[in-house]
Amino acid sequence: MNILLFTLILLLGAYLAGLAGSLTGLGGGVVIIPLLTLGFHVDIRYAIGAALVASIATSSGSASAYVKEGITNVRLGMFLEIATTAGAVLGAILAIYTPVNLVAILFGVMLIFSAAMTLRKKNETALLEGSKLSYALKLNSSYPGKDGAVPYNLKNIGGGFSIMTIAGVLSGLLGIGSGALKVLAMDSAMRVPFRVSTTTSNFMVGVTAAASAVVYLQRGYIDPGIAFPVIIGVLAGAFTGSKLLMRIDVKSLKVIFSIAITLIALNMIYNGIHHKF
Amino acid sequence: MEKNKKVTDYDMQQLIGQVLRFGVLTSGIVAIIGGIWYLFQSGSGVPDYRVFNGEPAGYTSLTGIIKGLKEGSAKEIIQLGVVILIATPILRIVFSLFSFILEKDKLYVVISSIVLLIILFSMFAGLKV
Repeated sequence: MNILLFTLILLLGAYLAGLAGSLTGLGGGVVIIPLLTLGFHVDIRYAIGAALVASIATSSGSASAYVKEGITNVRLGMFLEIATTAGAVLGAILAIYTPVNLVAILFGVMLIFSAAMTLRKKNETALLEGSKLSYALKLNSSYPGKDGAVPYNLKNIGGGFSIMTIAGVLSGLLGIGSGALKVLAMDSAMRVPFRVSTTTSNFMVGVTAAASAVVYLQRGYIDPGIAFPVIIGVLAGAFTGSKLLMRIDVKSLKVIFSIAITLIALNMIYNGIHHKF
Repeated sequence: MEKNKKVTDYDMQQLIGQVLRFGVLTSGIVAIIGGIWYLFQSGSGVPDYRVFNGEPAGYTSLTGIIKGLKEGSAKEIIQLGVVILIATPILRIVFSLFSFILEKDKLYVVISSIVLLIILFSMFAGLKV
């Protein structure tokens, strides 16, 4: 296989990763790592670098629309980014001391968790009263609904902030956006309505990934030959996904994708345990 | 309604949206240009990523990338696209910080500054090894 063919296959793979990632809300990074390591036998460190780039591309590409529509809670995102960026820097430091096969196993576990999270019940009821801290930090807001603005209030800010720190560490260590953990922190702990939590999570992924990407770029994890088909493919895929999302029912797609991802995850864990990385 | 408040959250949202869109588009265009050139230069070579060697210094520092750009090297053009992409969310924080200053939201000026400082620390703290 020459570089031209490798690039074209990777371009197609990244396109599908971006498409699936945007339709299911998992982001582009989670598919890029298994694609590169299991599919092309690329070293997992190059794969992590590529996944970070993919995460930033999908996040920034789709966040711009949601921010403009006023669905994203910019203050909430900014406040929680303290936790995710600090966590991501810690994760990038921990990565030096973590053997690659352990990284692969952790990635597999995280993948299964993400698959389960896409299928869970969504939180759509808005709280009428928030906690004291939520008022002090000006985190309560509203989002545009069918019949005008829907106000919501938040609770358990400390709990959400803690889960966000873990999400940041895993993002820095594994190169993924940890969108699933971010949504867990916002939906389950802080009671952010579903539409706001997914878009705000997506908004935060770019900054979180950038916090560790600046380290990984200097460490030489980001290879231009892999990065360019990944950026272009993922961006194009995410764009198609955002157009399709309005028209198709993604429920069955999410089930199929979750099963596929769980199988990939088991494969990653198996290979990790047998030191094949 | 908010006439005496010159900058509102709505303005900030539009600005952030524009910054993100512009950054991603620019990065994509630069990556395509570098990528096509790269394929012309070395498309018939054999890809080898099985063993991690780390990228040479030329692709991992801004000075190295700029040096390569002057020589017209395709890989450095791609890396420039990567740098623009990574810079996009960081720029988003800088613009939010300015918006919060104009909105006179002191609490969020502090919060945005903390996030920015953490990223700058990550960039310059020499966490390379």
